[in-house]
Amino acid sequence: MANTGTPLVEMRDISIAFGGIKAVDHVTIDLHPGEVVGLLGHNGAGKSTLIKCLSGAYKADSGEIHINGAKVDINNPRDARAYNIETIYQTLALADNLNAASNLFLGREIVGAGGFLDDSAMEAETRKIMARLNPNFRKFNVPVSALSGGQRQSVAIARAVYFNAKILIMDEPTAALGPQETRMVAELIQELKKQGLGIFLIEHDIHAVMDLCDRAVVMKNGQRVGTVNVGEVTDEDILGMIIMGKKPAQAV
Amino acid sequence: MTNIPTTHAPQANDAQPGPVARFIRDTELDTRMLGMVGALLLIWASFHFYPVIAGVLSGNGLNWGSGLFITPRNLWNLSVQTSMTGIMATGMVLVIITRNIDLSVGSIVGVTGMVMGIVQVNFLPPLLGLGSPLIWIITVAIGIVLGALIGAFHGWLIAYRGIPSFIVTLGGMLVWRGAAFLTADGKTIAPMDATFGLLGGGPTGSVGAVGSWIVGLLGCVAVLWIIQAGRKTRTKHGFPQRPMWAEGVLAVLGCGVLIGAVLVVNAYIWPKGIVDAYVKTHPEVVIPEGGLQISTGFAIPVLIMVVVGILMTILMTRTRFGRYVFAIGGNPEAAALAGINTKWMTLKIFSLMGLLSGIAAVIASARLNAATNALGTLDELYVIASAVVGGTSLAGGVGTIYGAIIGALVMQSLQTGMVLIGYGDGSYRMIAVGTALVLAVYLDNLYRQKTK
Repeated sequence: MANTGTPLVEMRDISIAFGGIKAVDHVTIDLHPGEVVGLLGHNGAGKSTLIKCLSGAYKADSGEIHINGAKVDINNPRDARAYNIETIYQTLALADNLNAASNLFLGREIVGAGGFLDDSAMEAETRKIMARLNPNFRKFNVPVSALSGGQRQSVAIARAVYFNAKILIMDEPTAALGPQETRMVAELIQELKKQGLGIFLIEHDIHAVMDLCDRAVVMKNGQRVGTVNVGEVTDEDILGMIIMGKKPAQAV
Repeated sequence: MTNIPTTHAPQANDAQPGPVARFIRDTELDTRMLGMVGALLLIWASFHFYPVIAGVLSGNGLNWGSGLFITPRNLWNLSVQTSMTGIMATGMVLVIITRNIDLSVGSIVGVTGMVMGIVQVNFLPPLLGLGSPLIWIITVAIGIVLGALIGAFHGWLIAYRGIPSFIVTLGGMLVWRGAAFLTADGKTIAPMDATFGLLGGGPTGSVGAVGSWIVGLLGCVAVLWIIQAGRKTRTKHGFPQRPMWAEGVLAVLGCGVLIGAVLVVNAYIWPKGIVDAYVKTHPEVVIPEGGLQISTGFAIPVLIMVVVGILMTILMTRTRFGRYVFAIGGNPEAAALAGINTKWMTLKIFSLMGLLSGIAAVIASARLNAATNALGTLDELYVIASAVVGGTSLAGGVGTIYGAIIGALVMQSLQTGMVLIGYGDGSYRMIAVGTALVLAVYLDNLYRQKTK
C-alpha cells in the first residue's frame, strides 16, 4: 500500500469516556486518499464512538484530529461537513416524515430568491443523483417511511456522496440490505475509491472487509488491538484479533 | 446522467381508478383536508336543520326559516370567535410537530392581556393624551413582545435546561395565571382604547363591503398567481403538469370560496342599534328610504387570522425554519446529525407560540373591551384540540397550518351550534366538544391506517 504521503485523516490518541466508562481509550488511526480502512470489533468495542468524534456527533475528551496534515476542531456535525466529511449512519439518520429530496438536502437546502426553499430544484437534483445510484428509484414524492430498507439506504448514501465528500464514513452500510443491494454498495465503494475518496468502513462481515478494505483496524474494549494490511493476513488472523485481542506478527 | 426519469411513479393498482379517485389524483387535493371540510359542512348542516326537523317532529309543521346556523349573522360571528383560537392553533402545530406541548398559552393570553390593559388605560394616556393614535400601536407591540419573551423563557427551560415541555408549560400555566391576577390585584381594566377596540371585531371593527371585496379579489388574484407559478416551476424542471381542467377546477373552487365568503360577510348588516348610534355621530349621512343598511364585511380579527395563517404556511412550507421543524419532529437525532441546532429551534418555536398568544390576547381583550385576569382561561385545551382535530399528530412530525385553522373552526362550530340549538349551558357543550375531539382523532387514525 502506498501509505507514504500525508494522510487524509489522522485521529491521534483519541479518548472519550461516558460516565467513567472509557468508550475509546487512546486510539490512533489514519486514512489515505483512495483507501478503504475497515473498523472491526465486537459490539461495544468503541468503533462507532470513535468515528462519531470524526463526524461531529461526539467531542473527544482528548486527542487531536488532523485533516490533510492540519489540526482541526470538530465540535458538531456542521464542522465535519465543512471539512467534506460525510457519514452514513447505521440508523441512516433519516427524517421519516420527509421525502427523499428533503432528507438529501437536510441542513443544506437549496434556497432561491428571498431565501425561500427551492423544492423543485432539490427534487430535480435528487432525481439526477438517484438515477446514478439506484436507477429503479421512483418514489420521490412520498415520505421516506414509505420506502424499503434498500431504498432508504440509497437515500442515505446519496446524501453522503452528493456533496463532494472527500472523507466518507460508512457505519454498517449493508446491515439491512439484501444480496443484490449489498453488491450495489460494494460496487459504489470501489467507484468512490477510484475517485480518490478515503473511506472508513465499520463492518461486522469479515468477508466484506477482506473484499473491500485495504487496511483493517481492530478494536476491543475501547482500545486498538492493531492495524493490518488486509492483503497480508487471513480471515483467521483478523478473527483472532477481534475475539481474543491477539495481535498477529504483521500488525502495527 | 442524461436519462433522468421525469415521470412520477405509475399508480400502484393497474385497474383504472374511479372518477372520484381520478379527480383527486389530477387535482392533487389533499384528501384529508377534503374530509375535514366535509365534516365541517356536515356539522353546519346538522345544527342548521336540527330546529327544522325538531319543529316537524313536534307537530309545529315545516318551517325552513327556523334554522339559525347557516345565516350570515352566525357565520360572521363564528369567524370572529374562531380567529383567536385559530391564531394560537397555528403556533401549536409547530410545538406539537416537534413532539412538545404548550399548556401555558391561555395563561399567557391572560397576563399579556392584563399588561396591555394597564399600559393603555393607566400608563399611556397621561403620557400621550387620551385617544392618541400611538396608544394602540405601543400597546400591541408590548403585548406581542411580552408574549414572545415568556415563550422564549419557556423554550429556554425546555431546550437548554432539559425540563420536559409538559412540566414547564404546566408550571407556566399556573404562574402566569397568578401573575395576571397580581398585575391589577384582580381588578378588571376597562374600557380599552377606542382604536385598540377595533382589533376585536364587532361591526365597527370590520372592513365593510368595499374593503371585503378588495380582500376577496386580491385573494382571487393570489390563487391564480399560485396556480400559474406552480405550472412554471413544473415546466422548468420537466415535472408532469396537472391537466388543464384540474387547474380550472382549482381556480374556480379557490375563487368561489373567497367570493362566497365576501358575499356572506357583506350580507350581514349592522344591527339597528349600532346604525342609530352611527347616524347620531355622523349627522351628514343621508338615510335612504327603508333605513340605512351597512354591510359589516370581514372583521379585523378574521383578517389578522388570515394573514397569520398565510405567513405561518409560508414559514412551514417555504423556509428552512419550517423544514427543520418537520425534521426535528420526524427524527430529532437525524436533525441534529444534519447540523440543525435543535435546541435553538425549540427556543424559537416556543417564542413564536408566545408571540401568537400575545396577538390572541390583543383580540380577546379588544373584543371584550376589557382586560380581566380570567382572559384565555382553558384556551390551551381548545387550541391543542384544534391543532389535533386539524390533523397534527401528537407523535410528532405531521401537521398543517390550514388544518389547525379548520380544526379551530370545527371546535368553534360545535360550541356555537350547541348554543343555537338550545344546549348552550356549559355542560352539554363540553360533552359535545370533548366527544368530538376523541372521535376526530379516532377517525384520523383509521384514515392514516387506510392510506398507509
